[in-house]
Amino acid sequence: MATSHQASGIQAARLDAAGIAENFSDLHPAYDAHEAAVAADRCYFCYDAPCMTACPTSIDIPQFIREIQAGHPDSAAKTILEQNILGGMCARVCPTETLCEEVCVRETAEGKPVEIGRLQRYATDTLMEKGAHPFTRAATTGKKIAVVGAGPAGLAAAHRLAMLGHDVVVYDAKTKAGGLNEFGIAAYKSTNDFAAREVDWLLQIGGITMDYGKKLGEELSLDGLTSGYDAVFLSIGLAGVNALRSPGEDKDGVRDAVEFIAELRQAEDLTALPVGRNVVVIGGGMTAVDAAVQSKLLGAENVTIAYRRGREDMGASRFEQDLAASKGVKLMFNVMPKAVLGNGAAAEIELEYTDVTDGKVSGTGETVRLAADQVFKAIGQTLEGQPDALELEGRKIKVSDTGRTSMAGVWAGGDCASGGEDLTVTAVAEGRDAAMDIHSSLMG
Amino acid sequence: MADLTTEFLGIKSPNPFWLASAPPTDKEYNVRRAFEAGWGGVVWKTLGAEGPPVVNVNGPRYGAIWGADRRLLGLNNIELITDRPLQTNLEEITRVKKDYPDRAVIVSIMVPCEEQAWKDILPQVEATGADGIELNFGCPHGMAERGMGSAVGQVPEYIQMVTEWCKKYYSKPVIVKLTPNITDIRNPARAANAGNADAVSLINTINSITSVDLDSMAPEPTIGGKGTHGGYCGPAVKPIALNMVAEIARDPQTHGLPISAIGGVTTWRDAAEFMALGAGNVQVCTAAMTYGFNVVKEMISGLSTWMDEKGYTSTQDFIGMAVPNVTDWQYLDLNYVTKAKISQDDCIKCGRCYAACEDTSHQAIAMSEDRVFTVKDDECVACNLCVNVCPVENCITMVEVPAGQIDERTGEVVSGDYANWTTHPNNPSATAAE
Repeated sequence: MATSHQASGIQAARLDAAGIAENFSDLHPAYDAHEAAVAADRCYFCYDAPCMTACPTSIDIPQFIREIQAGHPDSAAKTILEQNILGGMCARVCPTETLCEEVCVRETAEGKPVEIGRLQRYATDTLMEKGAHPFTRAATTGKKIAVVGAGPAGLAAAHRLAMLGHDVVVYDAKTKAGGLNEFGIAAYKSTNDFAAREVDWLLQIGGITMDYGKKLGEELSLDGLTSGYDAVFLSIGLAGVNALRSPGEDKDGVRDAVEFIAELRQAEDLTALPVGRNVVVIGGGMTAVDAAVQSKLLGAENVTIAYRRGREDMGASRFEQDLAASKGVKLMFNVMPKAVLGNGAAAEIELEYTDVTDGKVSGTGETVRLAADQVFKAIGQTLEGQPDALELEGRKIKVSDTGRTSMAGVWAGGDCASGGEDLTVTAVAEGRDAAMDIHSSLMG
Repeated sequence: MADLTTEFLGIKSPNPFWLASAPPTDKEYNVRRAFEAGWGGVVWKTLGAEGPPVVNVNGPRYGAIWGADRRLLGLNNIELITDRPLQTNLEEITRVKKDYPDRAVIVSIMVPCEEQAWKDILPQVEATGADGIELNFGCPHGMAERGMGSAVGQVPEYIQMVTEWCKKYYSKPVIVKLTPNITDIRNPARAANAGNADAVSLINTINSITSVDLDSMAPEPTIGGKGTHGGYCGPAVKPIALNMVAEIARDPQTHGLPISAIGGVTTWRDAAEFMALGAGNVQVCTAAMTYGFNVVKEMISGLSTWMDEKGYTSTQDFIGMAVPNVTDWQYLDLNYVTKAKISQDDCIKCGRCYAACEDTSHQAIAMSEDRVFTVKDDECVACNLCVNVCPVENCITMVEVPAGQIDERTGEVVSGDYANWTTHPNNPSATAAE
């Protein structure tokens, strides 16, 4: 018997298994062949296509859609994967509405872009369902490269390096590869264990050894890596989480959103995953939306996203905001946490309204209290555990356009490195480009 | 609502939309459905001589090509003439005509090129009360191998001969249906005219193979691993049909010979175009086969609306109006100068005009860093390719350079005077302008 929405506190089983299964089904179900043909027919095969320019991995989108039109989804997949080896995951998680699809000329023409993301998924799913891996390794170079962090950047770098004939060891602090693909993002974007299946598929290239439970600064040191390998690629992500710095942050029921999402993604049975009756998520990015929507889908009665700036500044796209709203999440703008209240466990949160002047946020003094037995902090992640020897830029490892750090022989990419948005697709591009640079510097 | 009543060869029908001789008109059942949907007339599917009927293949009879969203653009068939007994067809025709006296019922006929064969069938057809006959000299597949269909239509002397027989043994209008599988459509039309045909109808289908199955390595439609050429029709053939209709309409020898136009008519506009080029009415098949008989409703309302907008009260008002404007290339005005113009408001920045012009034409479109596409008047030859490849209708238009202005490409002032190739200095056989 499921616990009701109204049961107070943090409770498991607010929904039964059927309700959970329905709520966590694929956000954008895969196209069948007919749907793909109809969608592909809408592509105009633009010259110097804006979608391709907008793609951080520069996938030749008109080409792959034309290959779908011409009856060769496998070739379309290869076109995608040549540029973006995680094209399957990117097809699911890319904010296409702010990338390729935003600039599609049919968005301009009719307000309805070619559904590039779903077509990409159709192509890559078709290929991956066959278990086929379209790439082969070049003759071995004898060079050994260490990759630290098995997230999108690390996997993309490892694959490219392996394909070029290098031997790669990928270390990860966790016991599973995938990084945020596996432990972050919303479950309804990566159904049927896709992240893990994609990693297995990627590793078919050969030449990549996975080594789990190894963390930089603990089991691994940069000195050890640089002396043991011909090159090192760091893709350690952002392991730290920003604090609220508000009274009551230590109360039971207040936790990091990333931790909740990771737990949710790894849960065997979502009916067993507890969630609050009244959930408040602090933040405005994708993590905030993912935590809020999934709380709602788990059966929370009231879920609110509280963001300290206006809608237009929100890191999550309008599509994601609307998705949250459609699931029943309330979006509050221009409010910041002042205190979490409750006797031991959180019961209420006090928010203060804000003004934003010249980009600076200040409290107006007016406050509001919301019931909150669970508070998720989603106010950004920070670099943690990076080697002291590396120069930083802002709060990230300083890198060149091709991922070179301040230390010879060490490259970095993904969320831990400077430049680019913190997106899966950006991480893939950075990993790939660093791999190419490592290759040319080693093979000179 | 404009009155669409059409009189063609003295045969009245409530509108100029007839169903062509084809599967949709093979049986009483279909024809009754067609008349109920509003079709003005039918040409009954071709009857053969008395005796055992022809047989059709039992595998696929049709092949097709498609445009975006699998919109059917061209259809091909290898079906033969009616495979039902002659008497069955004659009885059904008699019944249908009796029940629908206001609709045109024409009977298509194909019998061997022997006078006796025509002498035998024509009185039987006459007895049905049908309004006229159409001689199937057009089908390019199957029957042509037996010396009928397009095998007759490709020999003007046979056309004339058979037409004369029909005029001798049949009292009502005789329409000769022409095959497009010839080099010059005017010759068979002249032969029909010489044989005293009351009208010609065209085009019949075009010889074709629609595709090849790359696994079985056989043409489509494939019957037991083999295929044969079939007759091609549908929207894809309309331009070919328009030209052939126009050629007959403007040929001094056949000018004024009534024409029933066939070839890809899908909407009212197609019909209006054929009629502007001289057709007295149109016949439709593929549109009905693709969408069902109800397509005629749009044809009727669309043509009527357009006529109202233009102030035409009868189809006679516009039939043939475009014929005087069909001319030979040599008479086109070489002093008429246009330039492409891109509407920046309508442009969606796909760049197809740029790719087409830059790669395959005259490098006359500029592309800026921020994807603004503009025409270079000093390079534009006004070829119209950009207009044709642009996905947005009327985004790119051809704008006339008025007389007195400089054509930036040639540096010359545009003359307002008409001048054609016959008087052009580069023409070795030019005659001096008067």
